[in-house]
Amino acid sequence: MSDHLSKLEAQSVYILREAYREFKNLCMLWSIGKDSTVLLWLARKAFFGHVPIPLVHIDTHYKIPEMIKYRDRLALEWNLNMVYGENREALEHKLTFPDGKVDRIACCRNLKSEALKHTLSGGWPRYRMDHQQKKYVLDTNKEPYTGVIVGVRADEEGSRSKERYFSPRDINNEWDVGDQPPEFWNQFKTDFAPGTHVRVHPLLDWTELNIWEYIERENIPVVSLYFDQGKGKRYRSLGCYPCTKPVDSTANTVKEIIAELRRGKFANIAERSGRDQDKEDGGGLETLRRDGYM
Amino acid sequence: MTNRQRMNIVIVGHVDHGKSTVIGRLLADTGTLPQGKLEFVREMCRKNAKPFEYAFLLDALKDEQAQGITIDTARCFFKTRKRDYIIIDAPGHIEFLKNMITGAARAEAALLVIDAQEGIQENSKRHGHLVSMLGIKQVTVLVNKMDLVAYDKNVFGSRQSAYTDFLKQLNVVPVSFIPISAREGENITVLSGRMKWYKGHTLLEQLDEFEPEKILADKPFRFPVQDVYKFTQNNDDRRIIAGTVAAGSIKPGEEVVFLPSRKRAVIKTVEAFNEPPKLSAHAGDATGFTMATQVYVRPGELVVAATDPAPQVGSRFKANIFWMGRAPLIKNKVYKLKLAATRTTVRLVEITQTIDSSDLSIQEKKNQLDRHDVAECVLETAKPIVFDTAHDCETTGRFVIIDNYEIAGGGIILEASSVEGSILEEHIRQRENIWEKGLITSFRRSTKNGHQAKFIIFSGAVGVGKRAIAKKLEEELFAHYSNVYYLGIANIDRGLDADITGSRDNLEERIRRLGELARIMTDAGLIFITTIDNADDYDLEALKLLNEPNEIVVINVGENELSHFQVDLALPASVDPSRAVEQVIKMLKSKEVILEYYL
Repeated sequence: MSDHLSKLEAQSVYILREAYREFKNLCMLWSIGKDSTVLLWLARKAFFGHVPIPLVHIDTHYKIPEMIKYRDRLALEWNLNMVYGENREALEHKLTFPDGKVDRIACCRNLKSEALKHTLSGGWPRYRMDHQQKKYVLDTNKEPYTGVIVGVRADEEGSRSKERYFSPRDINNEWDVGDQPPEFWNQFKTDFAPGTHVRVHPLLDWTELNIWEYIERENIPVVSLYFDQGKGKRYRSLGCYPCTKPVDSTANTVKEIIAELRRGKFANIAERSGRDQDKEDGGGLETLRRDGYM
Repeated sequence: MTNRQRMNIVIVGHVDHGKSTVIGRLLADTGTLPQGKLEFVREMCRKNAKPFEYAFLLDALKDEQAQGITIDTARCFFKTRKRDYIIIDAPGHIEFLKNMITGAARAEAALLVIDAQEGIQENSKRHGHLVSMLGIKQVTVLVNKMDLVAYDKNVFGSRQSAYTDFLKQLNVVPVSFIPISAREGENITVLSGRMKWYKGHTLLEQLDEFEPEKILADKPFRFPVQDVYKFTQNNDDRRIIAGTVAAGSIKPGEEVVFLPSRKRAVIKTVEAFNEPPKLSAHAGDATGFTMATQVYVRPGELVVAATDPAPQVGSRFKANIFWMGRAPLIKNKVYKLKLAATRTTVRLVEITQTIDSSDLSIQEKKNQLDRHDVAECVLETAKPIVFDTAHDCETTGRFVIIDNYEIAGGGIILEASSVEGSILEEHIRQRENIWEKGLITSFRRSTKNGHQAKFIIFSGAVGVGKRAIAKKLEEELFAHYSNVYYLGIANIDRGLDADITGSRDNLEERIRRLGELARIMTDAGLIFITTIDNADDYDLEALKLLNEPNEIVVINVGENELSHFQVDLALPASVDPSRAVEQVIKMLKSKEVILEYYL
């Protein structure tokens, strides 16, 4: 128990179990990226090979196709209770940045924040993986999720560094940064007034480097987009293809990525530097996060 | 490189004493900042026409910059050659004390920042007090803004001796005092040329001098049961007791005791995923056990090794509490208590001593704890809980108090407190003292009815057939005596208890109301029958007390999970209701609840 990865793992497992114990309508967001995939792996650790929590993915339909393939493969292999939601109306009316009708921030709000809000509340249709038919069917469960586990890390950007492990959101999904509950001695806010809900952040203390070190230690399968496929480019952070650029790198193994982060070219470059919506939001992402962006 | 140590350091201090500047400086001077970050912030400052400050590097949030104070705990990642750090920036403003506590409670060492010019402020003292209570052993004091006092050795000396004296009263002995100027970068990463009289460590060196938290492997084994898992997917038949080891270690084959239920079992396996079975579990491990024999326990129990010193089991204890709630902590109000994995209800019995945290003077005896008060109190839980003193085991010796959904207070247990009569017993005594009676005595009632008044409880797990027997019993007794009533327990959930939300936490309040109801029903001379799922020893003891001076009869159906409460009759699960009722009637006759010749 002395090495740092085991310590981080133990704390995350504790938080996951605490959330599972305290919240009846719990779900976990899976963006298909490396962080939430590590989170999914930690759930398997916490629950001894099982994942007794539904996984929710918000499909913007601008995700890189490999991501969706990888999602469905693992959902079937690991027997996951896989659910996705989307903003069908915005997509039908082409209220997106790639369609040229709105800016990046509004596009994020439409395809992610809004879709997420209404998928969590059960107001919009949810689609659930049917393991017999091996395809998605309309989910009959419309109950709102009142606990949402999210794989954000404090080192990602400013506003995330102020999150709690258990962070309340009010009825309108809003985050009151100035008045957060105290959290100490591993006792978190697990009591909530009706109508409010909670975001749970088991990865808060992890860094990008820790994530890759853990992927290496546990041999966790991650989507191939993180590795250079011979063109000298790879993704460091995954999002929608119109707004996420690959970085120049020839790393094609987890080991090489770790070396790059430790001493190499990325040691002092912010991970989300390839994400254009951050820059439009004054560098803080805060406008989006107050509205429920993850 | 793969096995680098990590340490959490909290930095606290009075508003404007310069914490954020210290961190900003540390990050900038060690080259820890992401590329372009410094330029980005300088650029933002230029655009907004304000002078650049190192503090802005941390103040990533917009409203925080507007207010100019850190409102919440922010984490910064930072590394030296020796190890990685998380620097937790805790706000100094009094309004944000709960945020400061959140930050400090995660730390292994603390940096207290004081302003050389302003000296020790109220919050400098309060923070010292809280750091002491939170159990942070290593403290370094940074005397900042030395540039404003012309790097004067004497100013530093007087701040050092005044604060040392203050901290001594709290049993906090600082590891060191460092004179710094965060704005000018003096004594941060290199020794200052302007304070040649100072020969100690720079801040950076001091960080590397702090020692990591000791793993409590040689302490008695303590394992709070966080949850019990039985996932059946893929034919998994393991029943796993899950949690994080708080102290000590354990191996398969060792005998353990669950408290407060006192059940015993032998550890069969230490469970894990994606790694071979483990041969032991140690302090800090988030793990799970299977037992050689099946034990049915609930989350919140504490597992201890049978051969280790036992923790305390009791419902009263003395503790140091700090209160952060908007509403005061008062007597005669029920709060929720969370201690390790235990959740129960708690009341304030007495405030023995209130301490003014700004000068440590003992204040006059108060009847309530107001926001930001620190006091020594006696608390009483509704049911006995298991705990250690904070000195013996931190995880099982400290707790938080929830008021109106919020963590409103925290405390460390000083010692168990003897119970001269629980709050419940005191309540019953007072109630009975003033109970207004009609003109009919209970003797007259029972003589006329031909039976005694009784509260009959069917206990046991869900789905063992309790209700069918209870209803049949009502019908059978009704044929001969009219004064019998069966209460479907769900009826009070939707009626009398409709205002109670969150079934698990408010079980005690449900029990109290049922007990008070039984007191009235039995006073009316009834044989009052009901069923309760999974009642434990303490629920039944509480009902027994609440129904006094009348008596209860407890009939358990199915597996008996009670550890010491004596039931009056035990019936097997799914027994034929008519056969069961015959046995119940026989028992009632033997107790002379009903008389032989009436049947």
